Amino acid sequence: MSIRGQAMIAGAFEHPLRKIPDTSIPRLHAEVATGALADAGLTFADVDAYFCAGDAPGFGPLSMADYMGLNLTYVDSTDIGGSSYVAHIGHAAAAIAAGKCEVALVTLAGLPLQGPAFSAMNDRAPEYAFENVFGTTTPAMYALAAQRHMHEYGTTSEQLAEVKVAASLHAQHNPHALLQKVVTVEDVLSSPLIADPLHRLDCCVITDGGGAVVVVSPEVAKRLNRQSVAVLGHGEAPKTAAAGRIDLTHTGAVWSGPPAFAEAGVTHADIDYASIYDSFTITVVETLEDLGFCEKGQGGAFVASGALRAPDGGLPFNTDGGGLCNNHPVNRGGMTKILEAVRQLRGEAHPAVQVPDCDIALAHGTGGSLGTRMGSATLILGREA
Amino acid sequence: MTQKRNEATTVGRVGSDLPAPTPPINVDTAGFWQATTEGRLLFTRCDSCSEPTWYPREFCPHCGTLDVTWEEASGRGQIHSFTVVRRGGLGPYAGPTPYVLAYVELDEGVRMMTNIVDVDEADLRIGLPVAVVFHATDGAAALPRFTPCPTE
Repeated sequence: MSIRGQAMIAGAFEHPLRKIPDTSIPRLHAEVATGALADAGLTFADVDAYFCAGDAPGFGPLSMADYMGLNLTYVDSTDIGGSSYVAHIGHAAAAIAAGKCEVALVTLAGLPLQGPAFSAMNDRAPEYAFENVFGTTTPAMYALAAQRHMHEYGTTSEQLAEVKVAASLHAQHNPHALLQKVVTVEDVLSSPLIADPLHRLDCCVITDGGGAVVVVSPEVAKRLNRQSVAVLGHGEAPKTAAAGRIDLTHTGAVWSGPPAFAEAGVTHADIDYASIYDSFTITVVETLEDLGFCEKGQGGAFVASGALRAPDGGLPFNTDGGGLCNNHPVNRGGMTKILEAVRQLRGEAHPAVQVPDCDIALAHGTGGSLGTRMGSATLILGREA
Repeated sequence: MTQKRNEATTVGRVGSDLPAPTPPINVDTAGFWQATTEGRLLFTRCDSCSEPTWYPREFCPHCGTLDVTWEEASGRGQIHSFTVVRRGGLGPYAGPTPYVLAYVELDEGVRMMTNIVDVDEADLRIGLPVAVVFHATDGAAALPRFTPCPTE
């Protein structure tokens, strides 16, 4: 069974704020859900499936279904870190295609600026005693990947910096973006080293916020007045630390990408726009290679060519400014990757970065860490005919 | 030794005074940690497929068997990748930046996360030969860290 054309994204909403002092996490989930349902022209009473991940407080989908008063026939709380929400869209499409539900709500929300909302890692994890005791940090674990990628392929800090430069060129047009100032390669290289070789400007921002998506059956979509986006293909794969044989130079995208392209029936040349998870600049470079947009090891040269710059680059990416400049709600960037892809396919991105005739878009999520174990999820979406 | 924080251009000795937090120890790993207090670094090897595994566990993720044997590693290896952590250390590591987080590939073939200690920053490179040292914690465990060593 293929999900191609079996489900549509009918509603999407991104919280406009980056620091949200006067709300709670459950209410923020409800707020972004309200926004996405209103965008679709639906109500909470229409929702029969709910998807959330580790940012949902308490008992996850049970607590949140209770809070929002949902009556459901299907729930899914798959948590593969920041890639969860990209996977959720694929799961929702499969559930809709199987007739399990018709209107699936996916939410992400959190307030990390008010303190840690949840512990991504606890000392009962079997790896904890063998990793965290050595002072792991999120930037440091991605830095281990960057260092090895540079060693094996000659990737440079200047090449990594271009990822941030392209994101900043896009973010200047996003009035909601946390960082709207255009930066140069020199700005990135002269920012403080956080964990060699990654500088501060190689790292994404930390923000409050959230977003939600509503996935519906084609029959429901036909009844709505809002332009929908077709779910064409999906792939997902965890990448492990390989029992002590970890390869730091590739990501799970080598496995999540091919099934997504195959299911969608499209090639790389068909992708008009790509949302690529950008927790760090190295994340983008490795992901682009692993998705097959360039040869392995050539990601640095690929991004340095200006390919990522909208609207005229060969592969315009993260036109909202991405995690590097716009926002990174709850340190989980998969949701916002979907939201900007939907905007592009609807022709609702900022005019300065809107890709002309954007028919096919890719959204890729990464969770966990390039330095240890990670989730990958790839989604291919199409403009409604 | 007092180390200045956040000066990327500083080239000096790093990781000489790292904290040694006590790891969580459970029934599966108690023997491993006991060995570290005796100066021995253990790993698990599958009784069926003979593959070594890191982090060590009483299960073989290579072939899916429950029977493994704890073996003593040589304690020698080389740096597979490393980073100098200059900002953002957490918990007990909030103070002592810069320090070196690394993957060391043991001679037995597994890559383990660790720290490189007592190293001149200018000497750090992928491929650098290193040997294990053990830093005592307050609990029934010592942390296996690595320091540069001449090749034999």
